[in-house]
Amino acid sequence: MQIIDRRLNQKNKSTVNRQRFIRRYRSQIKKSIADQIINRGITDVDKNESISIPSKDIREPSFRHGQGGKRNRVFPGNKAFSVGDKIPRPKQGEEQAGKRASDSGEGDDEFMFELSGDEYMNILFEDLELPNLQKNQLKKLINYKNIRSGFNTDGTPSNIDIVRSLKGSLARRIAIKSPLKKQLQKLEQALQQLPSEERVQSKRLDDEISVLKRRIKRIPYIDSFDLRYKHFTKLPQPTTNAVMFCLMDVSGSMDQETKEIAKRFYILLYMFLKRSYKDVDVVYIRHHTHAKEVDEHEFFYSQETGGTIVSSALILMEEILADRYHPEDWNVYAAQASDGDNWDTDSLKCRNLMGTSILPRIRYFAYVEITEREPQTLWYEYQSLLENFDNIAIKKITQQSDIYPIFRAFFEKQGINSKFNSRLKSGGF
Amino acid sequence: MSKKRLKSEKVSASKPISRGADWTYDLINQYYAAIEDIANDFGLDTYPNQLEIISAEQMIDAYASAGMPIGYNHWSFGKHFISNEQSYRRGQMGLAYEIVINSDPCIAYLMEENSMMMQALVIAHACFGHNSFFKGNYLFKTWTDAEAIIDYLVFAKTYISDCEQKYGVDEVESILDSCHALMNCGVDRYKRPSPISMREEKQRQKDREQYLQSQVNELWNTLPEKSQSKDGKTRFPREPQENILYFIEKNAPLMKSWQREIVRIVRKIGQYFYPQRQTQVMNEGWACFWHYTILNELYDRGHVTEGFMIEFLQSHTNVVAQPDFDSPYFNGINPYALGFNMMIDIRRICEKPTEEDKKWFPELAGTPWNESLTFAMRNFKDESFIAQYLSPKVIRDFKLFALNDDAGLNELNITAIHNDVGYQEIRDNLSMQYNISMKEPNIEVYDVDIGGDRSLTLRHITASNINLDETTSEVMKHLHKLWGFPVKLISEDANGEQYLLNQCPLEEATDTNG
Repeated sequence: MQIIDRRLNQKNKSTVNRQRFIRRYRSQIKKSIADQIINRGITDVDKNESISIPSKDIREPSFRHGQGGKRNRVFPGNKAFSVGDKIPRPKQGEEQAGKRASDSGEGDDEFMFELSGDEYMNILFEDLELPNLQKNQLKKLINYKNIRSGFNTDGTPSNIDIVRSLKGSLARRIAIKSPLKKQLQKLEQALQQLPSEERVQSKRLDDEISVLKRRIKRIPYIDSFDLRYKHFTKLPQPTTNAVMFCLMDVSGSMDQETKEIAKRFYILLYMFLKRSYKDVDVVYIRHHTHAKEVDEHEFFYSQETGGTIVSSALILMEEILADRYHPEDWNVYAAQASDGDNWDTDSLKCRNLMGTSILPRIRYFAYVEITEREPQTLWYEYQSLLENFDNIAIKKITQQSDIYPIFRAFFEKQGINSKFNSRLKSGGF
Repeated sequence: MSKKRLKSEKVSASKPISRGADWTYDLINQYYAAIEDIANDFGLDTYPNQLEIISAEQMIDAYASAGMPIGYNHWSFGKHFISNEQSYRRGQMGLAYEIVINSDPCIAYLMEENSMMMQALVIAHACFGHNSFFKGNYLFKTWTDAEAIIDYLVFAKTYISDCEQKYGVDEVESILDSCHALMNCGVDRYKRPSPISMREEKQRQKDREQYLQSQVNELWNTLPEKSQSKDGKTRFPREPQENILYFIEKNAPLMKSWQREIVRIVRKIGQYFYPQRQTQVMNEGWACFWHYTILNELYDRGHVTEGFMIEFLQSHTNVVAQPDFDSPYFNGINPYALGFNMMIDIRRICEKPTEEDKKWFPELAGTPWNESLTFAMRNFKDESFIAQYLSPKVIRDFKLFALNDDAGLNELNITAIHNDVGYQEIRDNLSMQYNISMKEPNIEVYDVDIGGDRSLTLRHITASNINLDETTSEVMKHLHKLWGFPVKLISEDANGEQYLLNQCPLEEATDTNG
């Protein structure tokens, strides 16, 4: 008999098979995700997600008996039956526990399982890419970071690795000492074997022994040869900082439901940026006639109303950009949600601000108009920007279920859906 | 269930091996040695054992691949893994304490979470119970080669992943899907299969590719000898073939040689599991009987404490519990319960036969129990085991009753209960319930239209008006994919009347003649 401890190896033997399963049913899973995304709360961003797909899509067929026909069957636990008794047929699925399809996770119609946060996002954002990412990569700022890379025989004292150095010392001492010690042992033995009278006269042996002893003693405990230094190299690190500006109109015309829609759009954008950048700062700017930088909770839930001057938010954004997020250090994204209400004269101002100082500095600007009405001046003004800039997109959302498709439309990989993009550019809907 | 004495007066002087719940390698070794001693005294013949300690996650992994230690990759294993993992996480399912693999050496998995008592129980159950069953039972001897299975699984995994590299994952997956749909139709029930072995497998594989192709080409020679095929009545194959996968492997006209090899792999693995499907009651019953007997002996010899025994009896009772048909926990007859009680009952009949036993089992009453029980283990499968050994006492203990379920009637008809008139009928009915040809539909390769459109016809022989379920048309699509030409499924009822049940592709839907 032998015992083998397998606990340490191949923990996730089924990972490949699991991935195969997800790969095979990607389209069903995607559909399920699209249905669910609108129900996802802002706090669930990194959680696992339960997915259910129809069991009948994933069943494995084989030749087997169906229902019906004549069968003789044996059951345990008779209590009151006698031969010849007739009992009414129990309802389907109740008594026939054995019928329960062995291949279904639970229930009969839906196969439920959980996707990890990563898998979820992978599928959610499949085929999407950050706009203009390639172009920007060239411009990404490079920092250097020290990372450990093995050991060196040379370096500064502060980098001495004590364990390694002492190991070296021990090895060196053993290597040098042991032949001397063997020799010493031989001589001592020889001395012992001499008759006691001769022992005194054997000065030669004594001398040799004392020389050897001195040599052994002189072997240093630690030598510069033993020293090992931790070695560091510099690794270039592109900046992975991104900042996302959320601009939202909170004037009287934006009701809570509209804000909820906007919120979900921001969640998606945030999760998406989070995938590409290590650190994503979020700046919340809300505005009515004045703009104000606020925290997340206030952004979504505070009750404050007033008129609408959109440009106030853009001006504040410009200030914050100049102040804290220099475009050379930061990848800047912005998303603006509004119901489209604005003063006509202000809309023109917005266009100018965007064209001159904002769009040239940022990676991407997404504008969503959440309304069921006809587009108003702000929409048309932004639309005119499309001719000169490729880093702005505008879209209209009318209900919750539009959010995800429209989000996808914003960031669809350019190659995959260029037709859609060109439509997007022309601002058509 | 059956109660066992905790005879305190019999505790011998020797000290218990351990008292705590935690296990260590050293303790496992000591328990193993004590259990091995007892097993040797009882004369259990086993393969050498290999114990593997695994974590709960790895246990779920092992589940997904039906206990195969090495498996090729396929989404369906992922699906099983996901659903097991889900129900485990939600607490809907406890994990089995052990999985044991029919190989030489016999591999048994011990979960790290188990207490020392559980590890001892698993050692007795798997390493000596199941292990000796694998080595002794005639079906396992005939159908599986414990020595070669691991090597073969390695070969299969490598071969399939090579194919994935060469021909693409999708291509391979689609063949595997089709083969899996027919996996249960890949066994010759009445012929001894050739044993599988890695070395030969590799050596022969190359030759086989060429040989097979030449065979197929011969069959599909475009210039058939007219005299024979015009005859009308000669069918190919001459006799209906029950092993559909084998037939496809050898005869599918358009299949590439690597595809044939994959069909063969699925078929061989299906064959490996074939005995397990037919001996569940016996196999579990035998293993339960031995863990029960061995651990009690362990106690009698003073190796374990009373606390150990209480813990053991609790798990044991849970394992061999049989909920009544009207209980919410009822999920068919529990093979552990039925098997264990039948085994215990055989011992009882041998040792202390009653008048009834002497009438029913004259050949058993009074014989040495170990010999008689071993004989039963070696020479039966569930169906015949029940037909031979299900005693009136077990029928009474389980309060078994038989009923007739005719879909044409609104009521179920009770046909037998646990009384003198009913014993025989219950026994026959239960035995039939374990007959694999009753459990699975009887479908054979019936005809191939060699001279014509090369269509393949399967014949389903219906029994008791039981029809095939709704996935049949999907299976037919898979069959069509493998065969490459039209496939038909005809049904033949008790009067020998045939009608077309399904075909793929669906076009011409009128031809009813095989």
